[in-house]
Amino acid sequence: MNNMNIWQQLVEQTQLRWGEVLEATFVHIQLVFFSMIIATVLAVTLGIVVTRVPWLKTIVLGGTGVLQTIPSLALLGFMIPIFGIGVYTAIAALFLYSLLPIMRNTYTGIKDVDQATIEAARGLGMTNMQILFKVELPLAIPVIMAGIRTAAVINVGNATLAAFIGAGGLGDFIFLGITRGIDGLILLGAIPATLLAIVIETFFSAVERWTTPKGLRK
Amino acid sequence: MIKFENVSKVYEGGFQAVKSLNFEIQKGELLVLIGPSGSGKSTTMKMINRINPHSSGRITINGKDITSYNVAELRRNIGYVIQQIGLFPHYTIEKNIAIVPQLKGWAEKDIKSRVKELLELVGLDPEIHATRYPKELSGGQQQRVGIARALASNPDIILMDEPFSALDPLTREQLQVELISLHKKLKKTIVFVTHDIDEALKMGDRIAIMKDGDILQLDTPEKLLHEPTHGFVEEFIGKHRITQNPDLMPVTEIMAETIVTSSPQKSPERAISLIRQRKITNLIIQDTDGRLLGIVSAYDLLKKMGTVKTIDEIMVPAEPYLLDTATAKDAIVLIDVAPFGMIPIVDKDHKLVGLVTRGSLLSALSSQWIETEEEDQDE
Repeated sequence: MNNMNIWQQLVEQTQLRWGEVLEATFVHIQLVFFSMIIATVLAVTLGIVVTRVPWLKTIVLGGTGVLQTIPSLALLGFMIPIFGIGVYTAIAALFLYSLLPIMRNTYTGIKDVDQATIEAARGLGMTNMQILFKVELPLAIPVIMAGIRTAAVINVGNATLAAFIGAGGLGDFIFLGITRGIDGLILLGAIPATLLAIVIETFFSAVERWTTPKGLRK
Repeated sequence: MIKFENVSKVYEGGFQAVKSLNFEIQKGELLVLIGPSGSGKSTTMKMINRINPHSSGRITINGKDITSYNVAELRRNIGYVIQQIGLFPHYTIEKNIAIVPQLKGWAEKDIKSRVKELLELVGLDPEIHATRYPKELSGGQQQRVGIARALASNPDIILMDEPFSALDPLTREQLQVELISLHKKLKKTIVFVTHDIDEALKMGDRIAIMKDGDILQLDTPEKLLHEPTHGFVEEFIGKHRITQNPDLMPVTEIMAETIVTSSPQKSPERAISLIRQRKITNLIIQDTDGRLLGIVSAYDLLKKMGTVKTIDEIMVPAEPYLLDTATAKDAIVLIDVAPFGMIPIVDKDHKLVGLVTRGSLLSALSSQWIETEEEDQDE
């Protein structure tokens, strides 16, 4: 088997493990999807809160910034005592990683809304909630979506590491390939993961364009 | 209608933006608040709709304290136009104008017809502009929308914070004229902040001149021009404005500076030829240092030509004369008693600096009169 070149290995492994690949891709998507959902809800909320309570900014953005600096593998390790081995740990770690890009972009997106527009909105008699939902969020949406896109793409990559803590996903093939010395097996995990990242990137770019208010589009 | 009683504003950190203001804005008037930056003019205006809440004192609208209103409710009943316009970029023009009626819960069809009416009122074609986005409009058109938006729910009061200062001069001029006619038509109470004295004099029924958080003078434009009660007001109104009032116009502005003079040692014959050549009737005599000595009239020259050697023998004292610190009013008063119909102007060393004649006085005053006339025609 080791006499085969990498492409032959890949073809062979694909025939052998096609069903497993589909299954692992599905798990991978699940990991990304659930961590992203939780992260988006929490990070957007926190991002909004930070724009209202200025002193929270350093704590929250600083705190999530620190999280970002912990190596992904180490973070997964830290999560094990809390959530045990498996999917929950992986989702928790991926969630923590996604917080910063989304929160930072929510904060910047809202802060960057033209102050004149906000002043006009106040002067016209909009309440704070109306200003948030009718003015600030619609105008910040493109920036927030960009944050979500960044987080999701990073997430797809980080999710391959989830295999280390038994959460499954496309990382399984990569590690198996490394331990067994079969390069084709590594590709079997790496190629779908890359494709997934590209698909997600394209998808969110489209969503970003689509959610940009018409009056702002170039 | 809007009454300020001992109103002051102290910002966090102790900066006192506005000091104990007491004044009243009449119903239907266009009141201009003007002053240099930091004078508190914008702050004063923004206290009315509580964008900048006052720190102490009482502001009432029709006798009711503004703090007793729900703040959003209060603002919905006061139009608001700002310098940066601040249209919602993600709303169409139509939706932008509809904001306040929508907040007030008007019926959809009422809003629709109101938007159309307002677009026409501010000179925009509903067919073309209603469905456009702000960025597709020019600055002037955007501010027209800004004004339409402020008028949308038909408020009695409109606050305008330097609404035209970001526009090019031509558009500004146009919108000023249109706002004046809108004001005449709709009879809204308008509080208008500006730093441009020409704009203030043009727009204001009354003008409040502010400095360091205080109103120095609140009067009609005419009164401000004729009776500024404060040195700063005078200075702020500016030199070209002051000239309309002879009381304040320096005499140096109306005097002629090229004067035919002669030394006292000239022979009468030469003096006569000089007078003929320059087509004047009197000759001013000065010494070599330029000091004023006297006047020789053509009449005396002709009469006594044979009897004198030099003209200083028939020279009479140049009286009355005025110092260069005098005003045009002084010149007007004196010109009637000046025997030669002219008043030499001298500096503190008695050196001749100019000459006021009936002619120069007339042309100075008539040019003022022509200017005022032109301004009247504008309106």
